[in-house]
Order: sequence, then C-alpha cells, then structure tokens
Amino acid sequence: MAPHDLRRPFKRPAISDQQRRRELSLQRQAQNRRDAQQHARCLASTLLYLQSPHPESTSEPEVEVEVEVELETETEPEASASEIDIRQASKLKGSQARKWFARQLMLPEWMIDVPDQLAQDWYVFARPAGKRCFVVSTNGTTVSRLRNGSRLHHFPSALPNGARNRDASGSAQSYSILDCIFHESDQTYYVVDMVCWRGYSLYECTAEFRHAHYQTGNTPLALVWKDENCSQYVIDTDSKGQIPSQQQVVLELQDNGSLTTSDDPPVVFGCLDGGFMQKSGLCSGNLLRFAISNGGLSFADGKLEKADLHYLGKSNRARAFADSYSKVMFQYMARHSPIRYDDLIGSISSSIDQENKPSDVQMDD
Amino acid sequence: MAMEVTQILLNAQAVDSTVRKQAEENLKQFQEQNLPSFLLSLAGELSNDDKPVESRKLAGLILKNALDAKEQHRKLELVQRWLSLDTSVKVQIKACLLKTISSHAPDARSTASQVIAKVAGIELPHKQWPELIGTLLSNIHQLPAHTRQATLETLGYICEEVSPDLVDQDQVNKILTAVVQGMNSSESNNDVKFAATRALFNALGFAQANFSNDMERDYIMRVVCEATLSPELKIRQAAFECLVAISSTYYEKLAPYIQDIFNITAKAVKEDEEPVALQAIEFWSSVCDEEIDILEEYGGEFSGESDIPCFYFVKQALPVLVPMLLETLLKQEEDQDQDEGAWNIAMAGGTCLGLVARTVGDDVVPLVMPFIEENLTKPDWRQREAATYAFGSILEGPSPDKLIPLVNIALNFMLTALMQDPNNHVKDTTAWTLGRMFEFLHGSALETPIITQTNIQQIITVLIQSMKDVPNVAEKACGALYFLAQGYEDAGSSSSPLTPFFQEIVQALLTVTHREDAGESRLRTAAYETLNEVVRCSTDETAPMVLQLVPLIMMELHQTLEAQKLSSDEREKQNELQGLLCGCLQVIIQKLGSSEPTKYVFMQYADQMMALFLRVFASRSATAHEEAMLAIGALAYAAGADFAKYMPEFYRYLEMGLQNFEDYQVCAITVGVVGDICRALEDKILPYCDGIMTQLLKDLSSNQLHRSVKPPIFSCFGDIALAIGENFEKYLMYAMPMLQSAAELSAHVSGADDDMLEYTNSLRNGILEAYSGILQGFKGSSKTQLLMPYAPHVLQFLDSLYMEKDMDDAVSKTAIGVLGDLADTLGSNAGPLIQQSVSSRDFLNECLSTDDHMIRESAEWAKLAISRAISF
Repeated sequence: MAPHDLRRPFKRPAISDQQRRRELSLQRQAQNRRDAQQHARCLASTLLYLQSPHPESTSEPEVEVEVEVELETETEPEASASEIDIRQASKLKGSQARKWFARQLMLPEWMIDVPDQLAQDWYVFARPAGKRCFVVSTNGTTVSRLRNGSRLHHFPSALPNGARNRDASGSAQSYSILDCIFHESDQTYYVVDMVCWRGYSLYECTAEFRHAHYQTGNTPLALVWKDENCSQYVIDTDSKGQIPSQQQVVLELQDNGSLTTSDDPPVVFGCLDGGFMQKSGLCSGNLLRFAISNGGLSFADGKLEKADLHYLGKSNRARAFADSYSKVMFQYMARHSPIRYDDLIGSISSSIDQENKPSDVQMDD
Repeated sequence: MAMEVTQILLNAQAVDSTVRKQAEENLKQFQEQNLPSFLLSLAGELSNDDKPVESRKLAGLILKNALDAKEQHRKLELVQRWLSLDTSVKVQIKACLLKTISSHAPDARSTASQVIAKVAGIELPHKQWPELIGTLLSNIHQLPAHTRQATLETLGYICEEVSPDLVDQDQVNKILTAVVQGMNSSESNNDVKFAATRALFNALGFAQANFSNDMERDYIMRVVCEATLSPELKIRQAAFECLVAISSTYYEKLAPYIQDIFNITAKAVKEDEEPVALQAIEFWSSVCDEEIDILEEYGGEFSGESDIPCFYFVKQALPVLVPMLLETLLKQEEDQDQDEGAWNIAMAGGTCLGLVARTVGDDVVPLVMPFIEENLTKPDWRQREAATYAFGSILEGPSPDKLIPLVNIALNFMLTALMQDPNNHVKDTTAWTLGRMFEFLHGSALETPIITQTNIQQIITVLIQSMKDVPNVAEKACGALYFLAQGYEDAGSSSSPLTPFFQEIVQALLTVTHREDAGESRLRTAAYETLNEVVRCSTDETAPMVLQLVPLIMMELHQTLEAQKLSSDEREKQNELQGLLCGCLQVIIQKLGSSEPTKYVFMQYADQMMALFLRVFASRSATAHEEAMLAIGALAYAAGADFAKYMPEFYRYLEMGLQNFEDYQVCAITVGVVGDICRALEDKILPYCDGIMTQLLKDLSSNQLHRSVKPPIFSCFGDIALAIGENFEKYLMYAMPMLQSAAELSAHVSGADDDMLEYTNSLRNGILEAYSGILQGFKGSSKTQLLMPYAPHVLQFLDSLYMEKDMDDAVSKTAIGVLGDLADTLGSNAGPLIQQSVSSRDFLNECLSTDDHMIRESAEWAKLAISRAISF
C-alpha cells in the first residue's frame, strides 16, 4: 500500500531522445513495410495483364477503344531504322533515353480514306484508348515512356529484371520492351506488342509471329479509326479536357518559315514571314500551335492547297513531334464529314462481292 | 523441525556470510524436498507469538515470495503451485495467517496482512476462500485496537491485490463501511485511523456504486476531508492521497466538493508540513491532468459525445490557485538542480503551474505576468529564479499570439541573464526557459518568428558560451539548442538558417562530450542528443560536415571498445557511452542514407562501422545492444542488397537479440531489424530464414516474452514472406496455425479497457500484415494454391473484425488491403469465396467512402483486385 510516487518530470522534455530514436526507427520500418507492400501489389497487376492482355476481360465495363487496322505483310521489316541497337537501348538513361524512345514508337496513321481490300489485306485490332507508351524493364526496375520519350511511370514489375532481385531466372542483363497503351481509369497497361523479351529482340520476326508491326515513325501500314460509339474523344480535347471551338494543330517551323507536319516527306500547311518570326522570337524547329480558322482547309487534286491558320503560341514543351498529316485530316473530317462505321462495312461487303484481287500485296518500305 | 526452522531463519539474517549462506542453502533444500511441509512451518513460525520477531518476519516474507513474483511467467508458476497444493495444507496455512492478525507483534501482523492479500489474490479469482472478507469483518467493533488496525490493513492490501469485479457489491459495502468507520471521529486510535485511511486509498477502485449514490459519496467525502485536518501528519498525508486518487477516479463527481477541497488544499499548501503540502498541490496537478485529457478529446470544441464533461474546475479556481502556486515558487532548495532525486514544494508548485497553463491557456497569462515583472530583477536570487520559472512554465498552453510579444521582449533579457546572472540556479532556469521558448514558439508553423536573421547569431553565441558553464546549466543550454535546431527541421533540403553556424555548433557539442564533468547532470547525454537533432535537421548544404562526423564518432566508439581493465562502475559508464555513440551513428546513417549522393560517399565507412557495431554486442549492456541494433537496421536499409556480406558474422547476434526475453526492448528492436534486412536482402536472406523463423516461432510461444513484442513478430512473418516469396512454403504449416489462433483470440475483445483494445488492435495489425506479406509473397508463383485452404479463415477473420466495430484506422487500412491481396494472389479461385464475404461488400463500401485517404486508397486497390478476380 505504498503511496504512489509524486515526483513528476521536472525541467525535462516529455520524451527522451532515445525514445525518439526508437520511435523514428519504428516509423521508418513501418513506412518501408508499406512501400514493400505497395511494390508487391504493383508487381501483381502487371503480371496479371501479361498473362491476359485482352481488354475485353477487364472489369471496367466501358473501355474506350479505337480500331486499328493493320496491313498484313509477310516481308521482314527492316532490321532497324535507328543507329542504336535495341539491345543497348534499354540501358539508355535520362535525356538520351528520352530522345531514342521518342523515335521508336510506331505511330500509325489515321484513316482518312477507306483502303481497298480492307477485308482481305488488313488485320483489325481493338486498341484501348489511352497513352501510348513503351514499357521497359531493366536493371531491377520498370519504366514506361510516352511517345515523346518522357517518363510516365517508374515501378517494379514482374517483367524480366523489372524489379530488384525478384527475378531468379533471368540474368542481370536481361530486359524487355513492350509496346503498350496505358489506360488511365483502371491504371492498367495493355500490351499492344512485344518488342523485346529477355533481351531477345523480336524485331526480326514476321508480323504474324509478333502479331504486329515494327516500323518506326509514321507509317501507313497501320491505320487508326474511331467514332463516337467506341470512343468518348473522337474530336481532340485541349489540356482542360474541353473541345475547342476551332480545330487545333501543331506544326513544325522550318528554316524557310514553312509550317510542316511530322510526315516524311513533310506536308506544308503554310508559311510564316520572317518579320513575324523575329518579333515572336521563333526559330526553326519550334513546334507551334495553330487554330484552323473559318477558311478551313482547301484541297486541289486531293492535295492540300491552303490552310486558314491562326497562330496560338508555342506548343507544350513535352511535345516531341508536330501532328501528322493524317491526324490533322482525321480530326478535320471528324468535324466536317467523318468516315462512318457504315462506310467501313460498305467497303468490306463490296470487296467481298468483287473478290477479284489476290490477297498477296507485297509491301516494300 | 519447528525449532530448527527458527534457527535457520535467524541464521539467514546473520552478519556472518558463511552462516547466512548455509542457512539459505538449508531453506532452499527444505523447500525443494517438501514444499507443503516447508510452507506449513513458515506459517507456523509466523503465527507463533513465542518466536522471535525476526524469524517470524522472515518466515512471512519467504511465504509471500512463494506466492508472487515480479516476472509474469514466474508469477503464473507460483499461482499454479499454490492452487495444486493439498487443500488441508492450505486451510492450515490460512488459519495461521488469520490468527497472526491478532498478534501483539506489529511486524508479524503487518507481514501476515500482506501474505493474506497474496493468497486472496490467487484464490478469489478461482472462487476459493469466499469466507475471507466475512471472517475479517465479523465482530470488527469488538476487536482490540491492534487487531482492528491489522484487519483494516489487510483489507487495504486485499483491495490492492484483487480486481474489483471479483468482490460482490455486498462485500464492497461491508469493506467500505468498516473502512470509513475506522476513519471516523468515533475512532480514537490513530493507528487504526491511519490504517483505515490507507485502506480507503486502495478501496476507492471498488467504490464505483457507492460514489454514484449521493448520500454514500457525501459521507465518504466528508470523512476524507475531516481526515485531512487530523492532528497526525501521516493521517493528513494519507487523506490527501485519497483526495488525489478521487480526483482522477471520480473527477465527474467532484463538483459539490471542489470549493471545500480548494480551501483545504490552499491551507495545506500555505501552512502544512511539506509531505502534506506536496499532496495538496498534487491534487490540483491531477485535476489539470484530467481536464487536459478531456479537453484534448473535445478537440477544441465541446461535443456532447465525450464520456466525461469538463467542469473547468481549474479555470474557476484560477484567481486564487495561481497566486498560491506562485508563492510556492519562492521556496526553492539551494541545490535542487544538482540533485536528481529532488522533489520539493517549489518544484511541485512550478510543475502544477505549467499544467494549469496547459489547461486554461491564455487566461493564465495576466495572472502570472505581474509576478514576473515584479521579481525578475530583484537582488534575491530566489525571486529572480521564481519569476524566470513562472515565465518558462506558461510557455506551453497559451496561444502564440498572446505569448510571442512577451517572448520578443523577454528573449534579450534571458540571453543576458544566462551570461551574467551570478546565480547558477537562475541560469539553469533561464536556459530551460529559452529551451521552452524554442520548443513551443519557434518553428515553421508559426507566422512570426522569434528567431530572426538579426538575433540568431547572438542566441547561438550565448548558448555555446553557456555550454561551458557548470554541468547543470550547460545541460539546459544543450536542451535549448536541441529545440532551436528542431524548429528548422522542415527548412527544406537546400538551406537552413543554421547552416552558417553548423560547424561551430557541432564543434561546441563535441567539446562538451569531452568535458571531464560531462558525467554530471546527464550533460554528455544531452550533448549527444542535441548533436543528433542538429544532424536530423541538417540540409544538403551541410551534408559534407555531417559526413566528416562519421570517422570522428567511429573513432570514439573504437576507443571505448579498446578500454581495458575497467571497474564495473567504469564499464557501466563505458556502455552508456557506447549506446550514445551508436545512437549518434544511427541518426547519421539515416540522414546520409536518405539521399543517393551522400549515401554513396558515406557507404565507404560501412565495413568499419559494422565491425564496430559487432564488437559492441560483446558488452552486456542492454542499452548498448539496443542502440547498436537500431544502427544496424538503419545501415541495412541504406546498404540494400550489399548488406548480405555482413550476414555471416552478424547472424549470431541477430539470433541472440531474438532470444533476449529479459530485455524485451532489445528483442523488439531485433525483430524490427529482421524486417529491415528482409527488405534489404530480399531472397538473399533465405539461408538465414530457418534460424530466424525458428526463433520467432519460439518467441511467440513463450509466456516469458513481453506481450508488446508479439505483434511486430507477426508483421515480421509478412516481411520474410514478401522477401522470399514462395520459399515461405515450408513455414506455412507452422506460421499459419499460429496466425489463425491469434486471429481468433484477437477478433473479440468485448469489455476490455482502452489499453487492452489498443494492444488487441496492434496484434490484429501484425496478423494482417503477416497475411498480406504471405499472400503478396506467393503471388505469381505456381504455388498459390497452397494458400487456398487458408482463405476461408482469413475472410472470416476480416468479417468478424468488421462486425466487432472496434478496429482503429490502421487496422481498417491493413484489413481492407488483405482483402485485395487475397483477390490479387488467388484470383478467380477465391472469387466466389470473396463475393460471399461481408467484407467484400459492406466493409469495402464503408472503406471506399471514408474520409481517411489511406484507407480509401487501400480500398480502391482492393476493389480493383476483386473486380479482376471475379471477372477472370
């Protein structure tokens, strides 16, 4: 029945530094445990989708898709259009990596007229709407890069060498590159194509093997089409998600003041005079944003003759390319006279009716 | 035999150590050979009035120690041993004990009282000895005074020993009646009165029902208040102790009595002897504690939901309470600052004033300021010190708006006083007050800084100068610097106002650690703690200087390890120093390890550092072990996979740490370090997992290990599983049943108190983290089906947690995450099971709509994982 000790801490802080060290350690450990848990949870998602990359299987009821049609080819595409071998590419870092990857993504053209032989010569893919990117696993981590080469995410994955020390089978040099679409609303990467697996480049394989193409830069071998039934964003929106009243285009300023698309060869949309360039501090290579004003686009003999452009300003710094001609045209048509689903069906049924041509069109790039 | 026992018991207290040891050996043998007979002889000895008091007392003590022990597992053993004794033996022993209460030898009576309480503590929970209280109380009025005194004392001890729910209200009423009558004016014997008052102190916890009855409560309160006026000091003191206990146990019942109690306490503080005055002040400190707790629960605004309302007793008493406390501040003792154990009326009054400020906030300021202004410059040091202390004590509680203008005026004065006041006591309090200014009124959260470009130089110069003063003053100066640095902790990574002074500060602190007298007034500890805080709050700019500290501190640690032939006293000091140095290195590792460039440079010292830490384990000091272990954990985190090279040597110390039941803090920290190493090494930890898992499983089954270590052990299972993935397979058959039974136990805790609920939640969290880690660890492997059999139980656990409705937020977050993990790893196999569970519907929906974003984030992830599992 001893009376309780009356003494209270006198001129002393409430907790000792030793207690504080202990608590800080516990906090750090708890945080690290949460991170490790998070790490493991990310790992799983990627794996699931590698095993089952069908967008239909996702639980999200309304996945945005675009339809990609792709020309069936049996030729082997050129081994590489770049100076750096793809096997080294995975090791690139920082701005070098950004530059290299920016040039690597195959950018399908937009469908501005329905190709002949659509039913015979083309594969059709549904493609989730989202950010097109490369997913590269190397050195114990996984990085996704947008088409402008900038880093989208950085995460551990179950891809070969895509997470630290997890991959028992692959060597440390092992790496993989996937061509993916990142679908924001379910935070999922949909694999469109496999470029490289465990260091083995699939560049050299036929399209049928890979189920895809490998062609860098803009290519007419794959065409993208969408309408309001399969996509919420048929007409491009601005950075705020609003549809601007006038169509906007991004063009590249050339030495001589001409404004061109990213195509090879470029399509000229207009010209800036030297005075304006000087006054606005613009120089060649700048990517500039224009609105297509009321005059619209005029054509002669199926070629662009004149564009009524209104200068808006420099484009977002993250942009690596000007728009392609097909993109501008697809958007222009979407606003004025889109290619409808019925047009595609019509083309297919008519070509089946004809059934006149052999389906062995050879494409040489 | 009986004769023999007496002699042995006397010999056991002999001055001659040979005789003593022989007797102790005899007692031990006797106990081992025949326990019942041994206990009976002791009881017989204790109850025999013909025996010498010394042997009776020791007999009682040995008997008491045969019934109870400090360590939990030993205690349980002794309880079992008593319960399994032959009933007739127990009956005889108890009869002897009760008989002793009437003995004329006070020591024998008192010892018997304690032993009775111990037996009651064992038997009452088992519904044995039901007649005890009735027997004690029968005819209590007719008993001679010395027996009444012993009876009341026994009742007091029983109340201390036994939980209130084991005694029915009828018996409680009888006990309280006897006790209160013993305190009453009708009782003329002071020993009886004193015993009754002490007994009441212990019986208060039994009196819930009686305190709810106005008449009974009035009566008890009247008797207690009367006892505070007793001519006998020890009775007054005991009566005030009762008031203190009442203020915390029955705060909400105090209103009708508070005015009277104020008068009584005020008189005692002014006039009574110190032991009584201290209790009187403690009453108000205790009321402050209660109101601070209640107001904290309100969260600033009154809500009718709080269990106990605040009656604002302190606020109402303020105009008289504050002057009373200020008065006490002038009663300092000359050397109280040098004496660790000192506690006097000035210290108690000052502490209470600080609590009052925290309770009432701004209102205290105008009542204290005149006292400060009047006394701060007086020639008498007592007045200057009291004024300074008063200022320091009100710096926590009132609003910064109210305090900052005052601090801006006082700061300069304090800095000058710290340099120039001739009195150490004043300087000590001045440095402490500066520390309080920086602790509560300096930091990025405050709009107007009290430390500016203009005065920072002067402040630091003064503090560094003051660190050369006598140890107690220097220690307070270090403390002030600690809070000065802390205020800049979120200065950002680039620049801190401390940067220009960094080198100078570090140098000064290191100099302090080397002072000859740094062992006094915990000066060395304070200097290292401040150094730690300065390092924690440093920025990139000063990283090179922090880096320079590494070899320096390592050298110091090396020197402590080289010291030879130390006395045990010196060794203890050496161990303490090793603890401080390891602590400092731990802070540096964490700081430099947190950014890549500094980590890279710093890691060059890792090998040497690790070698030093391993040598520290050779010492027997728990503190040094703990600190070295914490430092190694930080190093493992910084080193990542490279830590593997230390494992062969480090492993045995890791195992040792996990086996350290006695210093459970060491064990707990080692468990945490296992987690660090798992994350650092990932599957490279595999070769060590058999040993680690074996030890962790042993720890869990042990009843010797402090319970607080068990939740982290479960979490550690998760860490291991996550690191080694499907290799965890071989541990499933051991770990899963343990998790399962712990989960069952922790699912329901109806009727537990707050502490128990908090512990249960930490246990749940550990179990869930284990499940999470195991599930995630197996994901993607071909062996996920091994986990299927456990899925129903995991879901059942989640469902019952949800239905119990007493999870805290941390558990909710982990639990909903486990639901996701289950879906993620087991996929469509577990889909139907998951869909059937309440968790996947109601619990998930609740978590999805909560305000807590951590829970929501986990829930959103779980939702996604479940939808995938169901759709495949």
